[in-house]
Amino acid sequence: MTDVGYVIAGWGIAAVVLAGYSVRLVLRIRQAERDDAPRNVKP
Amino acid sequence: MERDELLAPIVRRIVGVLTIVSLVALVLFGLWGAPTDEVQGDAQRVMYLHVPSAWLAYLAFFITASASALFLWRRTRADVWDRVAGASAELGVMFTGLALVLGSIWGRPVWGFWWAWDARLVSTALLFFLFLGYCALRRIPSSDPVGAAKRNAIAALIAFVDVPIVHFSVEWWRTLHQKATVFNPQLNPEIHGVMALTLWIGTIAFTLLYVYLLDRRYRLAVLEHGRADVELAHAIAERTGVKAGVT
Amino acid sequence: MSGTSLWREAAVVAGKDLRIEARARVALGQILPFGLIVILLFAFALDPDRGVLTRVAPGLFWIAVLLATLLAVGRAFAIETHHNARDGLRMAGLDGGAIFLGKAAAIALQLAVLEVVLGVAVIVMYGVDVHGLGVVLITATAATVGLAATGTLYGVLAAGLRLRETLLPLLLLPVIAPVMLGATRAFEDGLGGVPGDAWPWVGMLGVFAVLYTTIGVMAFGALWEET
Repeated sequence: MTDVGYVIAGWGIAAVVLAGYSVRLVLRIRQAERDDAPRNVKP
Repeated sequence: MERDELLAPIVRRIVGVLTIVSLVALVLFGLWGAPTDEVQGDAQRVMYLHVPSAWLAYLAFFITASASALFLWRRTRADVWDRVAGASAELGVMFTGLALVLGSIWGRPVWGFWWAWDARLVSTALLFFLFLGYCALRRIPSSDPVGAAKRNAIAALIAFVDVPIVHFSVEWWRTLHQKATVFNPQLNPEIHGVMALTLWIGTIAFTLLYVYLLDRRYRLAVLEHGRADVELAHAIAERTGVKAGVT
Repeated sequence: MSGTSLWREAAVVAGKDLRIEARARVALGQILPFGLIVILLFAFALDPDRGVLTRVAPGLFWIAVLLATLLAVGRAFAIETHHNARDGLRMAGLDGGAIFLGKAAAIALQLAVLEVVLGVAVIVMYGVDVHGLGVVLITATAATVGLAATGTLYGVLAAGLRLRETLLPLLLLPVIAPVMLGATRAFEDGLGGVPGDAWPWVGMLGVFAVLYTTIGVMAFGALWEET
């Protein structure tokens, strides 16, 4: 394989950005749902 | 129309599974399945991510503009459009940034330089900042949600109107004064069948990922909106001396 | 509302803004000197002895104008926050489109004065020759209208927001990038090159100005009410 460094850099950056964004999103949703939990309990 | 969730749970699950399957297929085809490009070498493998990212950038901003128009039109006005516009713009900025970085990483070994003042590159960079500003505008909290949503929708449309102007002015600029040197035909030979297939897999995988993330980002916007409501109720209760009831 | 009253109301708003400027002298006393300082700083950045300054003078001129535009727009909406001036304008029952045209006209006029002074400074200090004065003047007019229209539109969009001082440049600069590009190229043709080559750029600037003036007249009312 030629230009290995560039291939690794490109795929690595894409993986980190996409996975990082997705994981952060999921964690933020979980956090928000936990914060919301008492409100969802209907009297 | 008021929605707590953008996609039905079953649809979301299917999209999620298909996203993972297609991403795995993209990795297999992009790194092993597709043959090495004869002219560009293996650096061309970055294109399997760059091209789908660029496509998603345009799709995401188009959806932001469409959703904003639907919000502004009184007969279709609904919070769902405001949230879709915001979620899509955020994803669009991410994919635009990714497309720029990946293009640069591809350009270094193939062109010999990280950046070229090529028309497409320059207009994509401007697009990035155009919607980065829109996202910054959206992040500013407001005491008047409907007014803020209207303002954001107008901002998205004003920015979107600029896209063709940016495109054509930059195109003129780079072609009136010098001929395109970067995209010479020799660098774009006949695309091998498996290469084309890999590009398609990448486009489908990224589009599915976009749909999935759009749904999740929408969900987060709904939850954060609910939390803002509770905080507001508490603040009002504190001022008026009435104990905030759990709604 | 009839066309004549739209223009009459616009003139009233423009007159108000210009009268405030005449008393406070912020554009004249602060923004104009700022533009001149920028012109001076470019000479420090690009050594005047190398002849670079003369060649890139059009671009430097428009960069200075763009930066001054940011200040002028910020100022144009800062005057509405004092003593609830905004509510006064609202109560006066003026049409949103008229307020837009009035404020944009006041900004355009101030920018025009600024451009004349900066233009003389560039000609004198950077050693620029003017071949096609007509092209230069028409380019400057179209570009100024475009800058004033987009500036007013984004000014009201950011007005009333926290962080508006830092948000406005980020919102406005990418949008007016084509004006910067077109006006610089047209100036290059008008100053040192073949003035006739400038017309496609002037056309682009004209389309930009008309487009954003139209959007401004239509959208300003809604933005003015909301913020």
